[in-house]
Amino acid sequence: MDNVLAFLRWIVTEAAAPKLLVPLVFVALILTLKYYRVVTKPRVAGPIGLLIVVFLVGSCFDANFRKIITKADNIPIILLLFSVFFLVWLSLRRAALNDEAAEKGEPPLEARFKRETVLVWPDLVMIELIVIVGLTALLAFWAVGLPAPLEEPASAALTPNPSKAPWYFLGLQEMLVYYDPWYAGVVLPTMIVVGLMAIPYIDTNPKGNGYYTLVERKFAISVFLIGFIVFWIALITIGTFLRGPNWNFFGPYDYWDVHMSVPLKNINISEIFWVKMLKQGMPEAWYVRELPGIVMVIAFVMIGPLLLAKTVLKKLFKQLDIVRFSVVVTLLLFMISLPAKMLGRWLFNLKYVVYIPEYFINL
Amino acid sequence: MASKASPGKPKKKGLFDRVRDTQIWKSIFRHGYPDTQRNRALAVLSNVFLHLHPVRVRKSGIALSFTWCMGGVTFFLFLVEAVTGILLMFYYRPVAYSAYNDIQELRETIPLGMMRELHRWGAHAMVLTVWLHMFRVFMTGSYKPPREFNWVIGVVLLLLTLLLSFTGYLLPWDQLAIWAITVGSNMARATPLQGHEGPFSQLLTLDGEALVTAGSDVRFALLGGRFVGENALLRFYVLHCVFIPVVAVTLMAVHFWRVRKDGGISGPL
Repeated sequence: MDNVLAFLRWIVTEAAAPKLLVPLVFVALILTLKYYRVVTKPRVAGPIGLLIVVFLVGSCFDANFRKIITKADNIPIILLLFSVFFLVWLSLRRAALNDEAAEKGEPPLEARFKRETVLVWPDLVMIELIVIVGLTALLAFWAVGLPAPLEEPASAALTPNPSKAPWYFLGLQEMLVYYDPWYAGVVLPTMIVVGLMAIPYIDTNPKGNGYYTLVERKFAISVFLIGFIVFWIALITIGTFLRGPNWNFFGPYDYWDVHMSVPLKNINISEIFWVKMLKQGMPEAWYVRELPGIVMVIAFVMIGPLLLAKTVLKKLFKQLDIVRFSVVVTLLLFMISLPAKMLGRWLFNLKYVVYIPEYFINL
Repeated sequence: MASKASPGKPKKKGLFDRVRDTQIWKSIFRHGYPDTQRNRALAVLSNVFLHLHPVRVRKSGIALSFTWCMGGVTFFLFLVEAVTGILLMFYYRPVAYSAYNDIQELRETIPLGMMRELHRWGAHAMVLTVWLHMFRVFMTGSYKPPREFNWVIGVVLLLLTLLLSFTGYLLPWDQLAIWAITVGSNMARATPLQGHEGPFSQLLTLDGEALVTAGSDVRFALLGGRFVGENALLRFYVLHCVFIPVVAVTLMAVHFWRVRKDGGISGPL
């Protein structure tokens, strides 16, 4: 029994490491989207959900796991995980039902009542009242049962380790592992906001307006869910539960040891190119030194769109005008730049592609 | 609708009927008991709060499994935050020497100190529901024409929700607060051109003097200092209690108004 438990712990700890967890979540999402009609059937999704609950409840027997899970400010993330899991299921389930109906030539669930309307008073006002009462009760229980955290008085001299941003920004803080603040903390968030705002103007597909569907909007929904689930929710989860002192990775059952040291073995492209491949010293001038990295970035920006237009975006390239297509490709390149650097880190210990500390430009 | 009194048998007036017959009641509610189509419509139309709604909505639109009620819940949580926030403002002073103690007082001695818990958990819940609302709107394609611009306003409101939560995070003035804000606002240092550690900022010079320094960059403007100190506390307090709520309320009005103007809750065309 102890061996089985130790084995399970080992598996969970290994799988929770970012270099496995992020790809695992990604693959799980892609498989869900591919086989959504089967996966969302209650008899398939139910057991999966149950398994997650069993995992969480079972893990609570571990003192270290319990400690981090029950930290007052972390409770919302547990709520987040459950509600996201449930609502992804719900929306894809409704999409599956609608898509099946569409194949038989029937209208979606939302059109069941045709354009039938009801009076706001009492039909909608009643729902609102029930929701308000229920929510007030929930908040009151939450407030009575769980005191808001208050630590030691603020002190500029005592830096806690780890220092973490509020939980909703921990996805961004996790991105700092891979990119410098100017990119992960300023450029990427800006592009996320700009990209979200651009969605209605670049998605010219008139289908799927006002009802759940997947077949009619496969590309849009896939990209959005990859962004939302993998690069937002999963990164927040990692940043909250799996990053301890010095932002080192700790498994869900590990003790957060302040003294744990991780060897720094990450290297820059320039070092790989000049020292390891050409076996010579680093050139003095930064523009010579960083040439290989700069070439790689330019290649990513120039060849990336061509590759996308020829492959994943082939259909979109024909449908969209040049302005819209350029915006889509630009946003996608920003999005891809994150997993690209992640892969570089996990596979080659890549630190920076371009390293120009002279101008604070490190990529 | 079955009428209350059957004809020929005059029913004795109950207490509620008498209250409804008074001049005071009639001056407030300008419609009869909402048991007829007309009065139910008037109940919504003649009430400034309820008239955020149309008189009639699509039956498919109000199904919980369609909207998840997340937009409404977010708005309700905003109201909870406003009410509890105002109560907290009675006790809390945004100055470094008293802020922490005020929070401790709220926690230990002040009646209804639970307002702080309600405020904090409500804020967390609001961040959550605003994301889920956006997720629902995306999954139902409700940003498609004619609702494109309302989606854009929604994104701004989402950003404002995060900023509200972020600025509020500093106010307890404990270790959790200042270090979370330090970590968060350190990003601003690296803003291209505008942060003193950001790319290209050192190119901005005047007579050889750097224009963007730790004492003049965008982070300095945000914090009112080189580190998270009492100026930052006051700034975040004003942003949190006045500036961002005012902007958010304005945009919410636009958001709700446009939901109505763009055809109400979305549905299959």
